[in-house]
Amino acid sequence: MDNKRTLLDVIADSKFIHTILSIIIGFIVGAIFLVVMGISVTDAYGTLLKSVFSSTKNISYCIVYGTPYIVVGLSVAFSFRTGVFNIGAEGQFVMGSMAACVVGILFGSLPSIILIPLCFLAAAAAGALWGVIVGFLKNKWGINEVLSMIMFNWTAFYLSNYIADFPAIHNEGSAEATRNVSEHARTLLPAGLIEKFNLCPTANWGILVAILLTIVIYFIIEKTTLGYELKAVGFNKSAAEYGGISVNRSILTALAISGALAGLGGSLQLLGMGGRISIFTSQEGFGFAGIVVALIGVSNPFGVLIAGLFYGALTYSGGKLNLVKAPTQVVDIIVGTVVFFIAISSIFGAVRYLKKSPQKGGR
Amino acid sequence: MNALINELGVIIYATLLYTPPLLFAALGSCFSEVSGVVNIGMEGMMSAGAFAGCVVAFYTKNPWIGFLCGGLAGALFGMLHALATVRLGADQTISGTAINFLAPGIAIMTAKALFNSTDTRPLEPGSKIPLLFKGTFDTSTVFGTFLKNVFTNYATTYLVFLAVLLVWFIFYKTRFGLRMRACGEHPQACETLGINVLRIRFFCVTVSGFFAGLGGACMTMAITNQFRPISIVGQGFIAIAAVIFGKFRPQGAMLGCLLFGFCTGLKVVLGNSNVVSAQLISMIPYVVTVIVLILFVGKSHVPAANGKPFVKSK
Repeated sequence: MDNKRTLLDVIADSKFIHTILSIIIGFIVGAIFLVVMGISVTDAYGTLLKSVFSSTKNISYCIVYGTPYIVVGLSVAFSFRTGVFNIGAEGQFVMGSMAACVVGILFGSLPSIILIPLCFLAAAAAGALWGVIVGFLKNKWGINEVLSMIMFNWTAFYLSNYIADFPAIHNEGSAEATRNVSEHARTLLPAGLIEKFNLCPTANWGILVAILLTIVIYFIIEKTTLGYELKAVGFNKSAAEYGGISVNRSILTALAISGALAGLGGSLQLLGMGGRISIFTSQEGFGFAGIVVALIGVSNPFGVLIAGLFYGALTYSGGKLNLVKAPTQVVDIIVGTVVFFIAISSIFGAVRYLKKSPQKGGR
Repeated sequence: MNALINELGVIIYATLLYTPPLLFAALGSCFSEVSGVVNIGMEGMMSAGAFAGCVVAFYTKNPWIGFLCGGLAGALFGMLHALATVRLGADQTISGTAINFLAPGIAIMTAKALFNSTDTRPLEPGSKIPLLFKGTFDTSTVFGTFLKNVFTNYATTYLVFLAVLLVWFIFYKTRFGLRMRACGEHPQACETLGINVLRIRFFCVTVSGFFAGLGGACMTMAITNQFRPISIVGQGFIAIAAVIFGKFRPQGAMLGCLLFGFCTGLKVVLGNSNVVSAQLISMIPYVVTVIVLILFVGKSHVPAANGKPFVKSK
């Protein structure tokens, strides 16, 4: 039996290559839709490329957009690895950004070095709490976690709208939003630096936090006993329980970590970009974006880091498509197609049968 | 007293108005989940139906052709989900997530191509789903007004409860229903008895898309009268929640949807009063659901093979 791996074998086995192929197919399908609508593909995709790479300003925009996606993606990826499907990242994100906003406004006089960590802490705690309640409901009363997460997403959404209306934090002007968080709470880069490198006005160091979290999560999943236990529960609950791992506690821990990450994602978005919470009429969809990012990044922390930047670039540049009268929704079609082909990536495995050499053994 | 009866009538009206989109979708979700396939793409399939139904009704000026096409558009995406999950062994969550991006993206893009806007043009009165029992009741008396509020509703409201009966009958009184439920519990056993698990699942997932499409079409063709990007925001997920709430039974899902419809109705009625914050009132359905689950429903029996791809033994 010869074990020589041909190129086709590599293509058939590598998840990374499957993802790349899925992305290529996504853009092809997007192009087909553009052609059907009579829009120039070169114009549209040219705009996408240009609005990502043409200047340091654009690149920094993509990174700023991508930062919260990375962290929410990490949250979902962590949940995937530990056998819980955190469809509730949306709500945890909202809770996190709200907590950071409240702290950032009410304690605005504190110096940055204390205030920013305090905001992060509040956000992580709020997100974790939102996740843990779901786990508690599941453990105590057997309430299906997917159901309660969907409920909690909407509860968080309306709660945030409600709190944003409180006189203590509401905007004095006519805007349906809170006040801006204190300058001390913002994670923006120094104005001189932004000017010198011609970065976008919201350029911030949140990306460093995202990278740090990526490394921490990788470390927890791959190198610690805790990660091993959580993965074991995700892999096979009964076996883990038999091996002496408390399944209930593991679910709580996994949801707490996942929720804290989503909450942190919310604070990074708030302290870096928005600066305040607006009263929305529908969910912003960061949680669902997080699911996509986790999937494109094959639930690997470093994969998620790249996928988050990719998704950030796509959302930022997608917004520029109006310039060439192309609908921004083509981005959704591309993303949907990419995810769909990642779902059916087993078909890429079929390329191994293209080989000329006869198959060894029967199947 | 009269005012109270009147309010009650309005709440019942609103409940029956907002329940059908959720309930159609929930019935669909029952098919898919019970046969063993998680369908998280309900939201996208509803969007497809909401858009297609509205557009077809706009051009043909016939609400029923539009309504049917809404269902078919949903079924198309249902088939896509079935192809991926049943035939190609895809992870069901991933495929569903993909559809939630694809379907609304395609719908809004087509809207832009047709109407040069993300919204479709509003339906003319004749192209909307018709109101039944309009003018049947004498509104000069309190009781008459109450009856009018309760019974004068869109045809889809009546249709959806008939659909519940039909689905219940299929589930529990036909051979197909038994086989379908068996596929969700123990597909291997089904296979040994000569039941084609893959075909049944494929069919059920497609049907789930069809019902989701009908639900979407209800939303745009009866309630809002035009398709907008925010026509379907979360109803698909609420439908899934209602199914879990109803322990994967059509009649249970109906109760779940009625609860949501009722809370939405309450919100509409109380929302005008300005006594309580509208945001807090909006929160009611979600909080109430969790509380009802804790107090009365408890653990939901998920079909044993739910979410697990079935690989045909060679």
